[in-house]
Parts: sequence; C-alpha cells; structure tokens
Amino acid sequence: MKVLVIGCGRVGSAVSLQLRAAGWEVSVIDEREDALGRLGDDWTGEFHVGQGIDISLLKRAGMADADAVVVTTDGDNSNIVIGQMAAKSFGVRSVIVRILDPARAEFYRSRGLNVVCPTQSAIETLTNAVRAVEGALA
Amino acid sequence: MYLLIAGGGKVGSNLARALIRDGHEVTLIEQRPGRFDQLEAELEHQVHRGDATEIFVLERAGIKRPPDVVVAVTGDDEDNIVICQLARDGYGVETTIARVNDPRNQPYFDLLGISPTVSATASIMGLIEHEVPEHGLIHLLELGKENLEIVEIMVDREAACAGKAIREVELPEGARVISVGRNGKAEAPDASMQLEPGDSVLVILEPGKEDELRKILVRQP
Repeated sequence: MKVLVIGCGRVGSAVSLQLRAAGWEVSVIDEREDALGRLGDDWTGEFHVGQGIDISLLKRAGMADADAVVVTTDGDNSNIVIGQMAAKSFGVRSVIVRILDPARAEFYRSRGLNVVCPTQSAIETLTNAVRAVEGALA
Repeated sequence: MYLLIAGGGKVGSNLARALIRDGHEVTLIEQRPGRFDQLEAELEHQVHRGDATEIFVLERAGIKRPPDVVVAVTGDDEDNIVICQLARDGYGVETTIARVNDPRNQPYFDLLGISPTVSATASIMGLIEHEVPEHGLIHLLELGKENLEIVEIMVDREAACAGKAIREVELPEGARVISVGRNGKAEAPDASMQLEPGDSVLVILEPGKEDELRKILVRQP
C-alpha cells in the first residue's frame, strides 16, 4: 500500500514514521528541506522538497497511484484545496485532510471531505475533562 | 448591487473605489493590520478587518444577505478558492469572481468550478497571441456558465475548408461561425459565404473542441 503525506511537521512526520513502520510505502512532501530531519537518519521512504500545491510535484511524488493521501501542511486552505484535487482529479480513494479551524472543518466535512480537526478534538477533550470533575465537586 | 470584496490590495481597493463611485454597496475585507488602517481612514465602515476565509469574518461582513457578487482578489490562490466555495456553496452567492495569482494553480479553479477567474498572466498572454501573425487559435472569451467559448482562428491557405461555403464546412457539433474578418473588415456571415485563406474567423463552440476545429480550418486536406 502506498501513501503520500503532504506536510512534514510534527503531525505529518509522525504519521509517516508510523505508516512506514507498519509496512506502507511512504512518500513525503514538505517545502523545507530540513523537515527531512523529523523523519530521522534512516528514513527509507521518499522525500520531496516543494510546495504541496504544485501539481507536477504531486505527480512526481506519486499521487496518481497512491492508495491514500494525508494532507497536513500548516495552511488550512492549502490542505482544503490539495485534498479536493487528490480526491476529484487523481481519484485517490482515501484522502484525509487536516483542518485546524472547526468552522471550515465542518463545512468541508459536510461536503464529503474526510476531515480531521484536532482543534475540535481538543475542545471536546478539554470540555469533557472539566465536566468529568463536576460530580466530584458537587 | 451589493458586492463583497475579499482582499484590499491594489486590485481590491481600486475595485471598491470604482464600485462605490458607481453607487454600489460594497464591503471590503482586509487582513493585514497596517493596510486595514489605511483603508479604514478612507473607506470607514465599508472595510472590515479579518481573514476572509474565516466563516465568522464573512458573516460579520454580510455574507448571509447574500451579496450579489463575491470577488476574491487576495494574493493567495488557495484563499481565493476557499472564499468562493464558502460563498457559493455555503451561502448561495450566485456570482463569484476569483483572481488567479499563479497561473499554475488554474487547474484547481477549473476542477472546483470556480469561474470566472482573472489572471494577469493569462490576459497578457492572450494579448500577445493576438499580435502573433501565426495560424493559431486564440481564446477570446470564455462563457463559463454557458459552457461556451469564443475563439479566433485564421483559415489556412491549404485548409480543407478554403473556398467552401460555410454551410458545406463540417464544423464540430454545436459550433457556429459568428464573424468573418477579411481585409480589415469583419461581418456576420450567412451560410452561403465562402471562406477564403487568410480569413480571420470567430467561432463560438464548446470548450474542448478546439482541436477538431483546428483540423478543419487550419490543417491541410
């Protein structure tokens, strides 16, 4: 199975390492060359330097035959646009897009995009953690 | 009309000025604090500060009414796409106009149906193509909603259609010759008009059928 990870920050790099360890072929894109450092000295997947929105780079990095694409650059709007390109134009079956803004996350989820919103998860986790002590304080 | 303009750079701010002068109601959204202060001094309540890809910023600026037209002219293509998608699909805005900053991003706009788009590079290329005296095909106008475009093409000396009446020329399905230019004059032709080599022909047709048209009007028999 082949996955393309776009954006190699804390999240993208950790996802890449875990999937590689699980036996996936992993191809990573990041605009900064030093992001390769996050993947460790013995990274055995592909690494491409460039803008994730660059269609020729997406092709070179193997989007056309990827089984899954994870879009997790630091720009919500870039992720939204690249994710839609992966799903609609390249026909990638599994496209997962990180969107930090809960409002845009909800909007694009309702339009069929597979969205992960860490901010929303944090809001729910924090609220639930506070609610959990309600009983103890009452 | 009520227009919402996202992006208060040179394009956005001058658009806003011109539209206000023409009596339209305009809200301009600008994100950069320094630029916002300048614009607010001039346009007062007609400019809002914020990121126009944030839904609450759009709502504060009046997207729910909704505007007749949303114009996305920020310097960031991804932002312009998202603004148009939010406006059209989230709030039923019927007309969105987007600026393409980097022409390499045009496929994203096309794929997502963001139309019409305006690109300085594409406009200048169109003007240059128009000046080049080759037997090429020039895109003059795209009518996105109608799925039609108007192209200009010069009849080649050895083209199969040269010397034939328009009614005898097998144009691509749905295509029509709307003007024939000869010796510096253009006229709306009838079906009996003969096409001559060197004629500059305007054709309206569906996008994607240009190659078929080229074979008929340019390639040798």
